[in-house]
Amino acid sequence: MSTPQNCKFSKDHEWARDEGGRVVVGITDHAQVELGDIVFVELPEIGAAVSKGESFGTVESVKAVSDVYSPVDGVVEAINEGLGDAPDSVNSAPYTDGWMIAITPSDSSQLGELMDASAYDEYVAEISK
Amino acid sequence: MAADSELRRTPLYDCHKQAGARFVPFGGWEMPVQYSGLVDEHNAVRNQAGLFDVSHMGEVIVTGEKALEFLQHVTSNDVSKLTNGKAQYSLLTNESGGVVDDIIVYKRGDNDYLLCVNAANTDKDFQWLTEHNTFGVNLDNVSQQYAQIALQGPKAVAILADTLKLPAAKFELDEFPSFTHQTFKHNFGNGEVEILIARTGYTGEDGFELFVEPNAAPVLWDQLMENGQAEGLKPAGLGARDTLRLEACYPLHGHELADDITALESGLAWVVKLDKGDFIGRDALAAEKESGSRRKLVGLEVVDAGIIRQGAVVTDAAGNEVGEVTSGTKPPTVGKAIGIALIDASSAKLGTNLLADVRGRKLAVKVIKKPFYKRGN
Repeated sequence: MSTPQNCKFSKDHEWARDEGGRVVVGITDHAQVELGDIVFVELPEIGAAVSKGESFGTVESVKAVSDVYSPVDGVVEAINEGLGDAPDSVNSAPYTDGWMIAITPSDSSQLGELMDASAYDEYVAEISK
Repeated sequence: MAADSELRRTPLYDCHKQAGARFVPFGGWEMPVQYSGLVDEHNAVRNQAGLFDVSHMGEVIVTGEKALEFLQHVTSNDVSKLTNGKAQYSLLTNESGGVVDDIIVYKRGDNDYLLCVNAANTDKDFQWLTEHNTFGVNLDNVSQQYAQIALQGPKAVAILADTLKLPAAKFELDEFPSFTHQTFKHNFGNGEVEILIARTGYTGEDGFELFVEPNAAPVLWDQLMENGQAEGLKPAGLGARDTLRLEACYPLHGHELADDITALESGLAWVVKLDKGDFIGRDALAAEKESGSRRKLVGLEVVDAGIIRQGAVVTDAAGNEVGEVTSGTKPPTVGKAIGIALIDASSAKLGTNLLADVRGRKLAVKVIKKPFYKRGN
């Protein structure tokens, strides 16, 4: 799966996409492959405050549980309710149907601190060596 | 735990690498955790067949005039019931009735037994057996001399028969019953190979476990994969092995079995034969049987949304701690979040509503019947 050019990426393997001022967040294709078959996604409440680099939820694969970290500071504006019935969307469509939360960022410049697609690809290649 | 560089590899390591396996450290070994994907492999075993490398398991041979008396002393099941060619699930119990390991005892001949033990426990078990060998038997840790492959699933008979070029009838249950073993010789083109085949497994499906010398293991693996391809055989890793055994409620040492959990608490009364004569832990287990077990392993269904895993604390509705989850996930065939927990007997009744603490969230759980999955006939 090619890494989408319209997203930014964290070292913890989250992607963040600016959609008209709000930041939509999910985990990358690399992350879902590493996790394996996802069976449950725990998301925050709408209105919850999230902080850059801190856990906002968990992803449970059949094997293990992993935290998901926010790439920016802000407030949760929307969550993907669809993951309740179809957590496997994170496996099949990590950058589209598998999105997790949308954040109203408190400091939109933070997006610029993340990696772009080619930098993230290089990062993954480096850690996969 | 040993550093990665000290991890041991089975003779099938290259086969796994070639099949695209992802590896994890397990019990001191570098083992394949998955190939095509855990769910895919799990479903292959339930519906067609899966092939597991279980070469990490340990093997100990017990021989000598007093081999039977020795095994009666160190194991909880009645070894005198074993005839040549039979296999028996059993436990090495300690003085307090706890479980040192769960094992399979194969009777190969008069005064000649093969024990199959858990990988992570092999050295500990061998030491335990040696310490309790007041019978003068010969104990031989032959773990290095055996690779072990498990062929599991409804297509196992057809695949094994094809691979060994024998009629399938030879492997049907009436010719080859559960918990028996037979030795076969086969030439894959590189000389004759001896394979000890047992109708045993750890998946809840029909199947076989094949013991073979390490040098012959790769060709046996490849031949099984090739002959099984048309039947839908897939290589399966430790991930699927765990979800399969959990659905069938087979206990795993380090989870449901431990030195400080008694055999009766683990629900293994069926392999604790108090009337066979004395054995290590018998007094403690007889007393526990008399007074009733304090704790019990139960099946849990998660009522709320979420997954429970080993270590989650279980409380009753009033908030009193009653036990702990030993294993849990949302396994593919069952399709809902379930788990096994060791809890106070007073909270173990079917239908009891309890709470499991998952990272601070209290998930509603309910005691349900085990096993979660049972193979249809």
